[in-house]
Amino acid sequence: MTDVLAEKAARPQRALADTSAADHSEGMSYLNSLPRRLVTLYLPLGIIMAVLLFPFYWMALTSVKPDEQLLDFDVYSPFWTWNPTFKHIYKLLFETEYPIWLWNTMLIATCATALSIFASVLAAYAIVRLRYRGAQWVGGAIFLAYLVPPSILFIPLSTVVFQYGLFDTPFALILTYPTILIPFSTWLLMGYFKTIPFELEECALIDGASRWQILVKIVLPLAVPGLISAFIFCFTLCWNEFIYALTFISSTQYKTVPVAIVTALVDGDVYRWGSLMAGAMIGSLPLVILYAFFVEHYVSAMTGAVKE
Amino acid sequence: MTDVALKSRLDKRPIQEPTPWDQLKTNKNWLGLWFMLPAAAILILFLAYPLGLGVWLSFTDAKIGRSGEFIGLENYEWLQGDSTFLLSVFNTMLYTTVASVIKFAVGLYLALLLNERLPFKAILRAVVLIPFIVPTVLSAIAFWWIYDAQFSIISWTLKEMGLITANIDFLGDPWNARWSTIFANIWRGVPFVAITLLAGLQTVSPSLYEAATIDGATPWQRFRFITYPLLTPIIAVVMTFSVLFTFTDFQLIWVMTRGGPVNATHLMATLSYQRAIIGGSLGEGAAISTAMIPFLLAAIMVSWFGLQRRKWQQGGEND
Repeated sequence: MTDVLAEKAARPQRALADTSAADHSEGMSYLNSLPRRLVTLYLPLGIIMAVLLFPFYWMALTSVKPDEQLLDFDVYSPFWTWNPTFKHIYKLLFETEYPIWLWNTMLIATCATALSIFASVLAAYAIVRLRYRGAQWVGGAIFLAYLVPPSILFIPLSTVVFQYGLFDTPFALILTYPTILIPFSTWLLMGYFKTIPFELEECALIDGASRWQILVKIVLPLAVPGLISAFIFCFTLCWNEFIYALTFISSTQYKTVPVAIVTALVDGDVYRWGSLMAGAMIGSLPLVILYAFFVEHYVSAMTGAVKE
Repeated sequence: MTDVALKSRLDKRPIQEPTPWDQLKTNKNWLGLWFMLPAAAILILFLAYPLGLGVWLSFTDAKIGRSGEFIGLENYEWLQGDSTFLLSVFNTMLYTTVASVIKFAVGLYLALLLNERLPFKAILRAVVLIPFIVPTVLSAIAFWWIYDAQFSIISWTLKEMGLITANIDFLGDPWNARWSTIFANIWRGVPFVAITLLAGLQTVSPSLYEAATIDGATPWQRFRFITYPLLTPIIAVVMTFSVLFTFTDFQLIWVMTRGGPVNATHLMATLSYQRAIIGGSLGEGAAISTAMIPFLLAAIMVSWFGLQRRKWQQGGEND
């Protein structure tokens, strides 16, 4: 009898000892049994994942399905194909201007990102470290700029772009995208610069370094993770941007992938679904690849900026 | 501190008045100006000025290729009686409300699931984000194909299962089109909400949950009294962004329905594009997009202050 009681008393203690030894991220999930976890965790997770990923599967499958199987659900099972073809992808790459659109998107995204990061680094450094008169006020204004959506700006901006003589040139996009990118990356980099110990800069100042030297030789090397995050975020946003590219560019040879697919690849009533899906898939690939390498940076950029 | 360091360095030299050039190079306020210049130039030329111009345009009868005359509130008066505009306001409200609420619910649920002990956790988290990474237009095209009137895979599956007999006309019927576009928006928005909330969840110390469990708290109580209060600030920011992006959405609608059928899915953004760029009435389009600003401010206020209130009610720091 006493043994049983002692056993009972010891049990919670053992459980506690187990948790403290285990990884903290496990929390208290050891309390749940497997069948329970199956229903409350794996099943809903599986459903959500399937829904999130299905459009990509469908996109990829359509882009390699032969035409006759594409529209005939009675004979061929729509969920799989045994004779994949690269005809759609070949047609897309060699019989349309798709490579040019890819190149445009790449060029515009790279230039706009570089410009934005240059401007944001300077602005963020000035706001966080120089603390000039009104710095805080300017910081707030930059955050507000992030809340001004392109859907409100595109009409006046189209007349402005026309006034500046930029209409239908890549510069129209290279110069307007930074208005979306600078507020965000400035905000992100401000957070990173704050974490760099000020003593380092003080020492450099005493040794006679100029502010520019401090920024280039001390602050930037230490802020590399922040710079990568800002770069990926800017690049993704540029690649994703639609409304400015749709409004400011009219010649087919200057279009970016998202706009070109919607306006140039869809002709009349005949939708070339195979090529369309191939275009959508190939257009997403660069971002997915970039993202695969820098997932952690991307997530920290997104969450870091939100936590600020 | 900086100034002291600088001064001590300068003191060692023979006394010399700083030249104006030195002032420009070392004075904090001037330096601040130089450093701000590139960002400020771009933001003023391409953001602040157009924003002002947009409001001005909304008071004119400008058309493409013709700068307009000032006509006061005429555009807005005309819009008040325009049934298409009123419908687009209704659609925008419906779209934003339904999509934001569901995005929040599913996003939070997914975040809680991903916060559990799981095999391949890192990969799962990475995969969840993919709908958010892929350009909206490209995934919208995929949805367009999924929602195809004749060859929709959803219709086919439901027919095979014997649940329906005829194809569902996803984008051809007004209400179907509304729900279909809202679903696509939710699909795209959930990963952002989920991953950000997950980051917030991970800052919550597990010892709090252990303490609560020992005190006999149920899972719901643990969520309600530990997770939710600690997550509130991050929920406020995420939902502000989410509402903002949903309210001003253009891409999904434009690719999938162009506002049709019979204007049933026109949002204010797509309607202003149609009136201003396709129709050429810049003034009217500008009035529609300017009309979004008050709604937008209200939505931001509600989700920001509504959720932040807890924090300063309890006397927490508002940093």
